[in-house]
Amino acid sequence: MGLKTVLYDTHVLQGAKIVDFGGWDMPLHYGSQIEEHHAVRRDAGMFDVSHMCVIDLTGGRVREFLKSLLANDVGRLKIPGKALYSCMLLPSGGVIDDLIVYFMSDTWFRLVVNAGARDKDLAWIRQHAAAFAAAVRERNDLAIIAIQGPNARQKTLPLLAPAQRTAVHEMAPFFGTAVDSWFIARTGYTGEDGFEVMLPGIDAVKTWGALRAQGVAPAGLGARDTLRLEAGMNLYGNDMDENHHPLESGLGWTVAFEPGDRDFIGRQALEDARRAGGQELVGLLLEERGVLRSHQKVVPAGEVTSGTFSPTLNRSIALARVPRTAARSVQVEIRGKLHRASIVKPPFVRHGKALISVLKGDLH
Amino acid sequence: LSNIANDLRYAKSHEWVRAAAADGAVEIGISDHAQSALGDLVFVEVPQVGRAVAAGEACAVVESVKAASDVYSPVSGKVVASNTALAAQPELVNQDPYGAGWLFRVQTNSPIDDGSLMSASDYEKYLADESK
Repeated sequence: MGLKTVLYDTHVLQGAKIVDFGGWDMPLHYGSQIEEHHAVRRDAGMFDVSHMCVIDLTGGRVREFLKSLLANDVGRLKIPGKALYSCMLLPSGGVIDDLIVYFMSDTWFRLVVNAGARDKDLAWIRQHAAAFAAAVRERNDLAIIAIQGPNARQKTLPLLAPAQRTAVHEMAPFFGTAVDSWFIARTGYTGEDGFEVMLPGIDAVKTWGALRAQGVAPAGLGARDTLRLEAGMNLYGNDMDENHHPLESGLGWTVAFEPGDRDFIGRQALEDARRAGGQELVGLLLEERGVLRSHQKVVPAGEVTSGTFSPTLNRSIALARVPRTAARSVQVEIRGKLHRASIVKPPFVRHGKALISVLKGDLH
Repeated sequence: LSNIANDLRYAKSHEWVRAAAADGAVEIGISDHAQSALGDLVFVEVPQVGRAVAAGEACAVVESVKAASDVYSPVSGKVVASNTALAAQPELVNQDPYGAGWLFRVQTNSPIDDGSLMSASDYEKYLADESK
């Protein structure tokens, strides 16, 4: 028996197949993960992501603390509510976790970190917070519902209180706002528009039911994985971890080397790695039948870090770590046989549209 | 709970066998339990017609978003038909595992009630034990 979110019983009642995810009993799907995937790409779906960990950091020097703790630069956050995606690094450059940080006020920043990394993240953050007198508070009282898809915002707005609706109606992507003990952000992990709503646990079951009545389809971790991979988004533990730095994980864009005098943890290691070249994370499109999966061997060199079947492209896609010098065409070993694959630039799909061309026709 | 068709025989590896039709061939597919455990299928590879198969030999592949899995022929004989519709519609196995989602048919001389396969009620017990 694993940890359960406040929505666990609701998921079971709705026929969810439950699986262990980082110690949590979470819905894998409610019948068909491919239908749930399409619901998000074409209409609106919702995910219970309450297993993720919300951490509030407060204090007079909290911005200074995060400038040291994170590889991306919170100095870029000028407008309250603005979100930033960042890695938190070891001195070696290895990724402890990836996270989203929201700038709430000059004395309050909110982090959302991965469920599986919760304990080590909290220990690491607390260890470094002391020097900046920052208070660290784990918000286990909050549930998180992600509503995603082209119609997600439109289907969510009627459920909000008037003050909340006014606040989020015109809110730009990658912003969030706190109103009436709820925090509503225009963020997500699917490549579609939508909201991530952090709300008091006691409000979660009622809100989930109301969203369902609006025609928002419950979606599980299965669809969440195919959606994020189509959107070219990394999964912690697969595509980056403590043994791989951001520059070989497709996350160079999240590392703020400028200003050059910002001394964040891991900086020196990344400066060295930047000069050395090495490996990179690329997208793969399988040109034959089959499904790419993590740890498959790329020939001549490399390894699949995340692979799946893309319901939007009707093809298998993957992220893979390969030498920077790799040719555009490679092979992947699947169940003992070599299959042709092309190196492509993620994302594969965004806002319901394929971004890479796939030749139609039967695969052999 | 998974659906178990009463008139079929079942292998421990979750294939079902439908007794000989007029042409003497037996029909083979995977159980509702198996399709449910695999999740949405995205590719199905069926054996070529004319291929000789031995009981227990891997001769088809069902691949879902989650995993690829071999299908073993529960009987020895010769493949006389394969369900070619599954190339375009692998989801038939999920939707109708005992009907439109059949995989292949084998002409066999071995009786299917020789004790190597389970009855529906024995398969139900087998599933219950497996999930303990």
